[in-house]
Formats: sequence, structure tokens, C-alpha cells
Amino acid sequence: MEVFKGTKIVNGIAIGKIKVYKAPVYTISEELVSDIAAEIARFDAAREKVQAEQNALYDKEMKAGHKDTAGIFEAHAMMLDDEETLIDPCKELMAEGHTAEYAVRDGFDAAAAMFLNMEDEYFKARSADVIDLKNAMLDVLFGADTANLQGTEPAILVAEDLAPSETVKLDKSLLLGLVTRQGSSNSHTAILARSMNWPTLIQCHDVADDWDGKFAILDGYNSCIYIEPDQDIIDKLSAKQKEDKEKEAKLQELKGQPSVTKDGQHVKLYANIGGPKDINAVIDNDAEGVGLFRSEFVYLNSKTDPTEDEQFAAYKKVLEGLAPRMVIIRTCDIGADKTIDYMNLEKEENPALGFRAVRICLTRPAFFKRQLRALLRASAYGNLGIMFPMIISLWEVQKCKGILNECKAELEAEGVKVGNYQIGIMIETPAAALCADELAEEVDFFSLGTNDLTQYTCAIDRQSASLEPFSNTHHPAVLRLIRETIEAGHRHNTWVGICGELGADPTLTEEFLKMGVDELSVNPKSILPLRGNVRNADMSKYKTQSPKPEAKPEPKPEVKAEAKAEKPKGFFGRLFG
Amino acid sequence: MKEFKYVITDPVGIHARPAGLLVKEAKNFKSTATFIKGDKSAKATALMKLMGMGIKQGDEVTVRIEGEDEEACAVALEKFMKENF
Repeated sequence: MEVFKGTKIVNGIAIGKIKVYKAPVYTISEELVSDIAAEIARFDAAREKVQAEQNALYDKEMKAGHKDTAGIFEAHAMMLDDEETLIDPCKELMAEGHTAEYAVRDGFDAAAAMFLNMEDEYFKARSADVIDLKNAMLDVLFGADTANLQGTEPAILVAEDLAPSETVKLDKSLLLGLVTRQGSSNSHTAILARSMNWPTLIQCHDVADDWDGKFAILDGYNSCIYIEPDQDIIDKLSAKQKEDKEKEAKLQELKGQPSVTKDGQHVKLYANIGGPKDINAVIDNDAEGVGLFRSEFVYLNSKTDPTEDEQFAAYKKVLEGLAPRMVIIRTCDIGADKTIDYMNLEKEENPALGFRAVRICLTRPAFFKRQLRALLRASAYGNLGIMFPMIISLWEVQKCKGILNECKAELEAEGVKVGNYQIGIMIETPAAALCADELAEEVDFFSLGTNDLTQYTCAIDRQSASLEPFSNTHHPAVLRLIRETIEAGHRHNTWVGICGELGADPTLTEEFLKMGVDELSVNPKSILPLRGNVRNADMSKYKTQSPKPEAKPEPKPEVKAEAKAEKPKGFFGRLFG
Repeated sequence: MKEFKYVITDPVGIHARPAGLLVKEAKNFKSTATFIKGDKSAKATALMKLMGMGIKQGDEVTVRIEGEDEEACAVALEKFMKENF
């Protein structure tokens, strides 16, 4: 048995024979030919065929909902139309008597070199696209049967590296796992592997041709591959794989299913995301919307204060990419632990209780308005919710809305289209939770930020290890604030969601449903497990108050106390009344 | 001849996919549109050369249009730039 390390992209275990994937190496004739027209005709036919292939890959990825990967192939197809840089230089070579193969090699290599010599990393990486097209052209010209490179039986594929079109063309039913010597965690292959959930190792520097045909186990959890593993490893990892598969199969069945309890109570399951890069994760995990889009990335990824147009481009991308799903974008939440040089924020004794979020925005209205204008402009491209964080007082909400309305009037006067949107606030301070009735009058929705709400309610710094014994994430005070916020919201037709970590806590799902929560926003990976919880829940047992305490033991006594305190009326009663 | 200037706001600059769409748009017209940045230039119909200019966020480009439908072409391209870059 031998073990080799790599960098894992996806957890999970693959067991089977190895197939070493080798792109064909062609010997290109340097001889001149006399029938120039015939070479040009072969070239044109190959170009048409490759272009059709790329368009087919585009369709395939669009159907799978992967707009980003689809865009790669659309651009490939368009590159093949580029006469000036790609086609004409090839035709000139053929006019000199070179073969179509020779022309493709030299012509495409020159175009790839142009990109490779550029400074910007994005454009540099485009050289790989041109090389990908070159290989596709050569495959067609040599009549290579690339369909068979993968072999005919299920295998763990081992390769030097894989081009995007190679990865997409792989027969998924024969692919157990993927190991490459090269590749980066941001490469197209890695992105696709993640979205397809293939056990994958990259940068495994020891891959060797003689692995071909050997029995192996790829252990994504431990970032390694066992070649000809010992029996105890086989037994252990086979069991783990079986367990994973059963779990996964159950989750996959939940895609497209409504998030509804056995007795018909609906809850929306939304995703928390950090930027446009997470669009695919939202779609692949079948989230019904985005409950928290942290807009910090536009500030943190920029060396200078981002302009309105820069912000607009980012928001528009997410709204368009996810339409018609609702996307709630939280306005700037800088401050506390997230500081930025260009903001020139003073160092504070107590940053968690300091100058952050709307406190900064309301002090610096010009800065705030840039973001609000960008959001309003983006609202024309999807279903937007605008959410203000760190609210403690009614006047703050009114002031935020006032500035938002000013921006809207300005844009409309400029003739810029503004779409429909909802307005909401984070409930993450005890002050906001206790004033929820007044605040609900002003907004369409509340979103409970349970991380900060817990920290501020219990006066416990979550980062501090020494406070661990005192910390209780299910503290009854926090659960009571959540319940009362939900009830207050519903009294004023304001819908209420939870976007903090508690939302994904499976031991609380029933509790939140009982409180009548309208939406839970969690990280994309938690959507399907959470949907499973919701669909297994039967809330009818709570409908009639039983005189005896619940027979079912709950993990935390505090939670049980809360359950008993539940009033018969409130939203839940209205829902089923 | 028509001409307009535009400052790129897209975080990645003139990148592959929208550049492809720009080419498509430019091909709808008989006029020749040329993108100019410093000493580099490319026709709006030459996808890779356009990308090869390495136009990034914050760069100002000049777009020069010449031909029988230059009026309409300039309006359409300026609108396209605003919406996509």
C-alpha cells in the first residue's frame, strides 16, 4: 500500500480502479502540401465542428443552471469567430502550404501567448481557453476518438490537468473521483467538481502513469489517495462511503421538493452568501432565495472606497443570476471586527459596541448614498430586499428609509429605472427585539441575526474560549426574544426570518416552526438537510394544548421550558385557526 | 465620424463573455467601431484583440465609429457599454 497527499476540493470517498487520462499527443507534419484549398476546407470543417461542440457544452451547462461555466463555452464559441487574431493567421499559414494541423498549432499558440504575456491574472488565464480550443481542433483534424480517453468502466480519473471542455465532456456515470497533478482551487475543474460533488484531489504531485489499472481509494476527508490499500483501510473507508452515499441520496431527493411540514406549514429556506461567486451554490443546493447577502465583499475587495458603478455591477450580477428568487442585500456592516484602511475608522476600546454598520452610514451619508443608489439601480434586474443592520432605535430606521427615498427620487429625476424592492432590518440587538412592535410598522421584514443577538443578550464574547462554560447557544432569553420578535412582526404583517447560525441548528428547527418563523436563511450546504428536518416535522401535535408536558425529551431543559411557555394564539394559532 | 469616451466600471474589465456580446452587437452595424486605449486599438468585432488590450476597471476608452450608420451604431454601443461594462 502507498499513500499520496494532495489538496482536496470536495470531501468524500471514491473506491475503484484508476484510469490515467492522457490527452493524445500528436505528431504534426512540417512538410508543405500542394492542395491549399483542401487544407483550408478541412480547417473550416473542424472549426465548425468544434464551434458546434462548444455551443452544445454551453447549452448543457445552462440547462444545469451553471451560468458561469456556460459563459466559458459561449466565449469559446465566439473566439472561434475571431478572424483577426485567430482565423486569419491560421489561413495565412495554410496559404504558405502548411497543413491545417500545423496552422492550428502555430496560430492558436500565438494567440494563447498573447494572453499569457498580459499582466492581469484574469487575462493570463484566458490562454488556457485558447489551448483548450487548439486541442479540440487537433482532435477533430486527427480524427481522434476522445470519447474513449476515459475508458469504458467506472474509474478514478488521474490526469496531469483537465481543461474545462475536457472536464465537462467526461461521462459522469463513469467518474468515481478525480486526481490531478496541477490545477488550482479556483480553476474551472475545481469549480465544476464542487458543484458536481466529485471526490477530488488537486496538486497531487506524485501521480504516475503506472497507477493505471491499479485499485485505489481516494479519501477526500484526509486529502490523500491510497494505491492498493490494505484490507483494514478498505473496510473502514467502504463503510464511510456507504454512509455518505445514503445521506447524499436522501438529500438529492429533496431537491425541488417544497419546504413544508407533514401537516402543511410552509417555511422559506434561503441561503446566506458573500458574493457573486456563490450564485451556483445557491442554485445547486436549491435555495429558494438569499436571506443574507453580505455586501462587505465590495468594500473588503477594494483598495479604495468602491464607486456606485462598481457596487451596481456586483449587485446586478447576483440579482440577475438568481432571478426570480428574492435576494436580500444587507447594507454595509463594516466596523467591529471588520475594519478597512480607507474608511479611516478610529481604534475603539470596545468595537462590538462601537462605531459600526448603520452608525457609520448615518454619520457619513455620502458614503451610504453610493450604496443605496447602486442597490436601487440593481433593483430593476431582480427581486431585491434591502436590509439595514445593527438597528436599536426607530429613528434610525426612519432615517435610513428617508435617505433611501431621497436616492430613489434622485434616480427617478435622472431618468434611471428603479424596480420594486422590500425594506427590512436586522434584529440583532436586544433593544430592537424588545421594540419590535414599533419597528415592524416601518418595514416589510425582520431578519434575526442570532449571533450578535446572543452575544449582546448574554454579554458573552463568542470568540473567547474561556467563556465557553458560561455560553449557552440555546439560552432561554435569546429564544424568548426570537419568539417575541416573530410575534410582534406578525402583528404588523411583517414577515420574520432568521439568518444567524441558529437557523441551521437542526435541534431548533421544530422550535422555530412552532414560533411561526417565515424564513430560515442558512449557508447553502445546510439547505437540503434543513429541508429534510422541516419535511419530517409534524406540528399538529402542538395544535391542541395537551394538559401534560411533552413526552418527547428535548436536548436542552431551557428549550423545553420555552416550549411550555408557548401561547395558544399568535401566528401559529392564526395559521391553523 | 462619431466618437465617445467611456470609463470601465466592471471589476474584471472587458472580459470574455460580455466582450463576446459586444462583438455581436457591433456586427449588427455596417460601420466600423474601433476601441482605443493609449497606443492600443482594436476593432469592436475582433474579440480576442479587444480582450488583448487588457482594459481594466477605471480605464478610459475612446470608441470611434465610422460608416453609413455611425449615428445609430454610436448610440447602441454607448448604451451597451453602460449596461455591461
